[in-house]
Amino acid sequence: MSKSADQVFVTAKQWLLSWLTGAPVWAVQIASSLLNIFALLAVFLTLFALMSVLERKILGRIQNRYGPNRVGPFGLLQPVADGIKMLIKEDVVPARADKLVHFLAPILIAAAAILALGIIPYGRNMTAFTIDGGILFFFAVGSTTELAVFMAGWGSNNKFSMLGAMRAIAQMISYELPLIITVLPVVMVVGSLKPDRIVAAQAGYTFGLVPRWFAFTPWGATAFLLFFVSGLVESNRTPFDVPEGESEIVAGHMTEYSGFKYATFFMAEYLGMFAITGLAATLFLGGWHSPMQALQFVPSYVWFFAKLSTLLFVYIWLRGTLPRTRVDQIMNFAWKFILPMSFSCVIAAAVWHYAGRGLRGWLWSLFVIVFVYAALSILLDTRRKFAPRVYRFAE
Amino acid sequence: MTPTLQLFLFVSVALFSAGLLAALSRRHAIFILIGIEMMLAAANLNFIAFWRFSPQSQAVTGVLIAIFSIAIAAAEAAVGLALVIAVYRHYRTTNVDRLDQLKG
Amino acid sequence: MSSAAVVIIAIPTLAAALAAATLRNLMHATLSFAVALVGVAALFFLLGAEFVGLVLVFVYIGAVAVLIVFTILLTRRDVGKNRGANWGGAFLAVAVFGGLTWAIFKTQSVAVVAPYVRAITVKRIGEALMTSYVWPLQCVGLLLTAALIGALVLVMEEKR
Repeated sequence: MSKSADQVFVTAKQWLLSWLTGAPVWAVQIASSLLNIFALLAVFLTLFALMSVLERKILGRIQNRYGPNRVGPFGLLQPVADGIKMLIKEDVVPARADKLVHFLAPILIAAAAILALGIIPYGRNMTAFTIDGGILFFFAVGSTTELAVFMAGWGSNNKFSMLGAMRAIAQMISYELPLIITVLPVVMVVGSLKPDRIVAAQAGYTFGLVPRWFAFTPWGATAFLLFFVSGLVESNRTPFDVPEGESEIVAGHMTEYSGFKYATFFMAEYLGMFAITGLAATLFLGGWHSPMQALQFVPSYVWFFAKLSTLLFVYIWLRGTLPRTRVDQIMNFAWKFILPMSFSCVIAAAVWHYAGRGLRGWLWSLFVIVFVYAALSILLDTRRKFAPRVYRFAE
Repeated sequence: MTPTLQLFLFVSVALFSAGLLAALSRRHAIFILIGIEMMLAAANLNFIAFWRFSPQSQAVTGVLIAIFSIAIAAAEAAVGLALVIAVYRHYRTTNVDRLDQLKG
Repeated sequence: MSSAAVVIIAIPTLAAALAAATLRNLMHATLSFAVALVGVAALFFLLGAEFVGLVLVFVYIGAVAVLIVFTILLTRRDVGKNRGANWGGAFLAVAVFGGLTWAIFKTQSVAVVAPYVRAITVKRIGEALMTSYVWPLQCVGLLLTAALIGALVLVMEEKR
């Protein structure tokens, strides 16, 4: 019974494709891809709508107010109202804007986010796009976002847009490095760039109790935290939202966008967030594996989306809790702390692997991580960070 | 119908010529760099095409030489663009025809 | 792999490459250059070299195009001043294109059909890089480090 519930979507797809028996191979392939794309878009656009209202509800809860509660029961129809509002708004394009680039930027940014979602295994046999170098595909597609953000900033012909785009690119490039390097230990240990293989490598339970997720090894826990923070920066979320800091540069690279194009940017930001948290769950939290042996009867995709929503909740929680950081703080944090720490994760994973993946390896890799952390905190003299702020004005 | 090697070689030649056009006919230094990058990409396409159509395509040589050449092209782009910025600081121009003095 | 797929990918790729070489606006040229390279990566996918295609997109779109765009911004005051083209160079490019095309379609030995092969896996590339090609790999690493430091030194502000 549980097995059929687990594979219900896979069987449904095969049933739909069975209508095409006798059709040429390429037609079946295209139909299969279209079904995958349709399912992916349906699920994640619904999740986007849900997330946009839940985020406002949770933020309201954190800030001691109600949040949206007018449209529909508990304000749940708010995204529909928002969508209608966005659709019927006037689409303003600045007169001196580069029309084509201005038009293409939101499309490109949304396409990149949707493509990145394709390689994540959402459940047993449920990967939309199986490719040998899946992780590399994710980052290759993700790197086009930088160019799209730049196109938005430059095409708008507005100094706030340009400033926002420059800030966004600066922080995205700085954090793309640790993001990729924290993936390296997982790829090293598994020996594959294929997300399905990475999930398969995290199957099983130590002593039948603790799942063999990489987040439960010292290097994995560190890499997971670093990956999470870098992902937060990559998706331009609140503690690191200087690119679109409302109080400084209006809305960054989105300043000159209105109506549906703005909604596309908004959607791309959320889809990017889903992609990065989905990858975090795949790499470190065991993908669709259940956290307890006794709970394996629950379908795999339920576990995946449970992990995804937990991580997304932490994103919202952080947004409600932390103030915005300064640009120089973000850069210093990336180059002086996160980058050395992520290299230490690579070394710790190698130590863990060659010490036999047992308790001994666990302790040795913990030692490596703690050593690097202690050395960094002495070298960077973290106490100085809390000294009175010195203002230096532009000369 | 499966394509032959000729088709890929033709695409590669066209790309190479576009790169050559950019590198030879434009006067802006960045255009020249773009042209060089396109010519390198055309060369990579040739490597991959010859590897795929060779009788021993189980060897990884063709793929590896393409990867190495991409890495070298990236290094070349970084240094080239740094040079453009340095030259611009000095001469206030990026027009390669006007960079005709050796003394600083 | 069918000829139709190759032609469908090749036409926008070559159009973008031509646009990158001829467009007046430097920024548009850079963006078309990025499009052309995505097309080349798609051709790599068709040829069964997925890894190289991904590396190409990653390096060129993620790094080189962004670098070019930043350089354009840093040297912005000069954009638009140096119009005009060198017609001798254009003639040479067309001549090279004509000559090489003639040579390709004249050579009978290159009109071969690809043998069937299994797609090359990332694992095999990694093993080759770490065993028989470890020296070139280290040399490329050294080269990239040297290029990094060299680029930094070149653009560093001179102390006055």
